[in-house]
Amino acid sequence: MDLALLLELSINGAFVGMMYSLVAAGIVLIYKTSGIANLAQGALAMMGAYFAWAATALVGLPAWAAIPLSLVAMFAVGALIERFALRQMIGQPIIMAIMLTMGMEIVLRGLLPGVFGTAVKKIDIGIPNAPLFVGDLLLNRTLLIGGAVSFALVLAAIFFFNSRLGIVMRAVSDDQTASWSVGVRVERAIAIAWGLSAVMATTAGILWGATQGVDWSLSLLLIKALAIAILGGLDSIPGVLIAGVVVGLVESLATGIIDPLIGGGTRDVAASVIILATLLIRPHGLFGREHIERV
Amino acid sequence: MFYRRAGISHTSYRQERQLWPLPFDRRLALFVLALTILAPLLVDRLYLVGYLMPWVIWSTATLGLNFLMGGAGQIHLGYGAIIAIGAYSSVHLVRAGTPFEIAIVAGGLASALIGSIFGAAALRVKGLYLAMATLAMQSIVDFVITQVPAISGGGQASLPVPTATFFGIAIVGDLRSYYFALAVCLIVTFFMLNVRRASFGRALAAVREKDYAASILGVNTFRFKLVAFWVSSFIGGVVGAVLAFCYYRAVSPDQFHLDLSIQIVAMAIVGGVGSVLGSFFGAALILFAPILLNQAVGQAAEMFGLAISADLRAHLPLMLYGGMIVGFLLWEPLGLAKIYDNVRNYFLVWPFRHARH
Repeated sequence: MDLALLLELSINGAFVGMMYSLVAAGIVLIYKTSGIANLAQGALAMMGAYFAWAATALVGLPAWAAIPLSLVAMFAVGALIERFALRQMIGQPIIMAIMLTMGMEIVLRGLLPGVFGTAVKKIDIGIPNAPLFVGDLLLNRTLLIGGAVSFALVLAAIFFFNSRLGIVMRAVSDDQTASWSVGVRVERAIAIAWGLSAVMATTAGILWGATQGVDWSLSLLLIKALAIAILGGLDSIPGVLIAGVVVGLVESLATGIIDPLIGGGTRDVAASVIILATLLIRPHGLFGREHIERV
Repeated sequence: MFYRRAGISHTSYRQERQLWPLPFDRRLALFVLALTILAPLLVDRLYLVGYLMPWVIWSTATLGLNFLMGGAGQIHLGYGAIIAIGAYSSVHLVRAGTPFEIAIVAGGLASALIGSIFGAAALRVKGLYLAMATLAMQSIVDFVITQVPAISGGGQASLPVPTATFFGIAIVGDLRSYYFALAVCLIVTFFMLNVRRASFGRALAAVREKDYAASILGVNTFRFKLVAFWVSSFIGGVVGAVLAFCYYRAVSPDQFHLDLSIQIVAMAIVGGVGSVLGSFFGAALILFAPILLNQAVGQAAEMFGLAISADLRAHLPLMLYGGMIVGFLLWEPLGLAKIYDNVRNYFLVWPFRHARH
């Protein structure tokens, strides 16, 4: 195997992984505060991308206005989902809450392509399409910018957990009842977490939309994001970054090396293999806290 | 009124413990059974093949999943893959010349084996992680089936299913297929009705409620969870064989994708997790509601001259059953079975509001 090709695959894979990790960071954020995995995260990314597309193509806003607008709108959507659906699930078995997010995923996956049409939409956010040549490596400019933006956002999330609101959220994730009793507004913290993770999903959705176009397949980001979140540890934001790069690399190298041998399809199964392997070897992930259960 | 309890006094433990203590329930069950058996005489062929047969098969699948979700409290998002394993292995065995009677059991065993291997891996973790593990299983099985030409019959091809002969009776035509599917469904139903009354079902209930507490009480949690996976996957595998031989008659990988898994999970939730009756209700609602809605929307569009795009109509079923999952979880987490139970409880003491206990 050609070394340059390998390097090219690795670099592109690392940046793709970075973009996946933005979706995963949203899952981790929600898991950290409320202890459930949001299976609608991919669908939220898709919804955000459709929003941005509708704002630019249907309303006619320029990209610099459409993107903040869709971020704000999706923050509201995330917070509303928490308020009107997830809050009803408090006290129910965790499985119920997970199934609820799965139900929402299905609804969104039907609703948005149903309303806006299934044809692939193009979002133009002003990134030129021409590839970037570094030496004799061929790099995708959208991926580079997307990866960098994602990296910055996940870093911001790490710092966010040291702010006042972040400390509130850590308290909530530690023990909801205890935080309640010292005056932390638990519901508000969880609602904000949902809003923020919808914002992260939207950013990821727009970046992916710029790369591959907007259609229902954006919701498939969920599987990759889950693989990253599980590999990194469901309650570790720094883990997301490292696991994101790992998943991106594995996926890209598997596609480059194994696909020619067996004829395609490895890209989609790589994430699943990573999920299963993590659960077998180290169920709480690379950086996650081990869960101790009491009767 | 209908479910009359007056004058029913049990004089032995046997009577007290029977499946349906009220005569009305017994008669209702017999009546429904008679209806399903006489259905080919009562309804048109088209309805038999288009509605009743999928209902019977999908109900069986839902029962199998419900055994795991309701009985043992384990979530499974890869039941479609389990069904696929059963379908493919039984079809391949019959094509290789194995008698169908053996192939259908072997299909179940293959599913049970692979299902419990993944289950054993997944059972170290629970709840949310289990959901992920089974999700991963679904895509890995999909991948293997699509990528190995020896299994899928090569490329995107579909594998033709040979005619099966069950103890000398060839399963050809709608009528025999329907009765075969019904027979399998009845066996699974009887198993499900009775398993919770046996020690096995009680152990599973303990595991479901709180596995740590159960293991302190001396229930081997891991073993029972694994056996639950085994049984549920076995049923799934047999359903796969029934699906292939009685309904599809040509199997291709896309029949068993994640969509099927989600559909069956939706049936279990909408019908009522852990309820035998609910599995039948849920399968009926999830299968038929999209069809009815589509017809209604089509008619409405014609009547009011609305232009409803083909994309929207194609996605209506998805919205509907996603919406039903969300709606039921929010407002009636125990599903249609609970609604039936409420109605039954109302009529149990009608015309009074409640009984004196």
